Amino acid sequence: MEALIASSVDGLMLGFVYGLAAMGLTLIFGVMKVINLAHGPIIALGMFVILTLTKSFGLNPYVALLVAVAAGLASGIVIYWVAVRRVIDAPELTTLLATFSVNLMIIGVGTTVFTTSPRAVDVDLGALRMGAVTILGTKALAVLIAASVAVALYAFLFRTRSGKSIRAVANNRTAAELMGIDSSRFLALSFGIGTMLAMTAGGLLATLFSFTILSGGTYETKSFVIVVLGGLGNPTGALLGGVILGLLEGVSTMFIPVSWVPVLEYAIFVLILLVRPNGLLGARR
Amino acid sequence: MTALRSRFLWPLLGLIALVAALPLVTNAASQREDFFLIFMLVILASSLNIIMGYSGYVSFGHIVFFGMGGYVAFWLMFTFQTHLLVAALAAGLVASAIAFLIGAPILRLRGAYFALATIGINEAMKSLVTNFEPFGGAVGMFFNFSVYDAYGGARSAAQLAYVAMAVVALATIFTSFVIKKSKFGLALMAIREDQDVAMVLGVDPARAKVQAYVISAFFPALAGAIFFFKSGIIEPGPAFELLRSIEALVMVMLGGIGTVAGPIVGAAVYEWLRSTLITTPALSSFHLFIAGLLLLVVVLFVTAGLVGFLRHRFLAVRRYVE
Repeated sequence: MEALIASSVDGLMLGFVYGLAAMGLTLIFGVMKVINLAHGPIIALGMFVILTLTKSFGLNPYVALLVAVAAGLASGIVIYWVAVRRVIDAPELTTLLATFSVNLMIIGVGTTVFTTSPRAVDVDLGALRMGAVTILGTKALAVLIAASVAVALYAFLFRTRSGKSIRAVANNRTAAELMGIDSSRFLALSFGIGTMLAMTAGGLLATLFSFTILSGGTYETKSFVIVVLGGLGNPTGALLGGVILGLLEGVSTMFIPVSWVPVLEYAIFVLILLVRPNGLLGARR
Repeated sequence: MTALRSRFLWPLLGLIALVAALPLVTNAASQREDFFLIFMLVILASSLNIIMGYSGYVSFGHIVFFGMGGYVAFWLMFTFQTHLLVAALAAGLVASAIAFLIGAPILRLRGAYFALATIGINEAMKSLVTNFEPFGGAVGMFFNFSVYDAYGGARSAAQLAYVAMAVVALATIFTSFVIKKSKFGLALMAIREDQDVAMVLGVDPARAKVQAYVISAFFPALAGAIFFFKSGIIEPGPAFELLRSIEALVMVMLGGIGTVAGPIVGAAVYEWLRSTLITTPALSSFHLFIAGLLLLVVVLFVTAGLVGFLRHRFLAVRRYVE
């Protein structure tokens, strides 16, 4: 029983970070119906921003995280202008391939610069022990940061003019343009925010686990599962989906071998797509 | 079948057969290896084109049939010493049967949802096989060299694999052409343009899509069976590699989506480019970057692909090349 509590707490906490990454994917889809296949490499880039800044410049990893946030926003806007803007209204295949080409380019340069050997960021914030439950300081802080970023995103989307414009563009681009909103600016901004969330999540994951430039792929598929759980295009759903997936990962290892966990995850993923394509929070079709 | 009196199909198949025979006549082993790989890619790209190009359903995880076919055939050859050709055929039928079972539910999904579902199925199958002990689990299976004795030694087994791959490639192209020229192909293309209108015109979309999916699953399974027979080893990672699936998509786009010749041209050009980049020292570390850049240029500016572009520009090309 104690072990069950311990692993669910652990899974739950990890779920917030997964959820943050997935929010980036789902925000982009919600606003412009683009599935960003460069999501994984962007998460990995976030990891390497932290690594480079801590190892080469001796920066505190959490200060480096601020740089990752800024870099995420900037690179997202660049990716949008170069690869997505021209094909924004084309069929799905085109945008899938366009973002996948960005994926290839990032991985291509990344493997050359960083190689594929495993890395880790040294950071130790102690731990809190309560019976069988041990909460690592790094993990607690990661949850805190992930949750505050999520709250900040909501405040931005619902309280500021730019945020409202993004929601208007997501709702109906033509109508938003008729109301005087420069939609291409806000599409670029949304893409920037989406990649920013992914990079931030990557930065947080770097403080928890060891990683390589190819690690993003694992988290990308996790994000797909989460996004589908929560409903494509729904940020709250993504956070919820992240927590569910984290819990599932934590708890299921108590009952089934670790290697069976992905089978369970993907089975749920396909089932949800078939039965409730709008996600758990979405309306039934 | 007026399609079979085509002035395009037979010269094309003849040309490919001639090219395929070249390394056999000259006994050039390295050229044979190159062609073996290209024929495999032609099969993957051409079969993908049937569901993606004609019906407009982007199957991102199409490689699942390649892996599944490889595993079924390998298992048959490994446990029952089944002959390659029998095992490959059985693998093809199994893949088609699975496509038939999963086709009806997943082909109801449209656009991005379908693409995501196919990725999910591939990943689910990969992790399932990783845990499936009869298939060797995470370490996979490998042949004892004596397996090849039944084929007259490793050398003639490789020869057989090459000829089989070439024949399957020809069969895939033939099928792709016949479908495109048939009423069935027209139904698929009608679905691609507008499913609801197609339905009004008397097409049964659910049925046609599943049929296309079943056909497009058959050939990659054969390719997988032959490929892993020749490798002598099969593991979950290389069998269900999503990247290879996406590479096949790139080949279709590069050559020209929805055309018969496009996937062939795309596979050949892509593989030539990839091997050139890898073997050029100055470029080898950037080959993924250059592949990505090329893909982006095609996607942004030459959406119709090479064959599509030529068909569009030149009337003569349009008249002959499908």
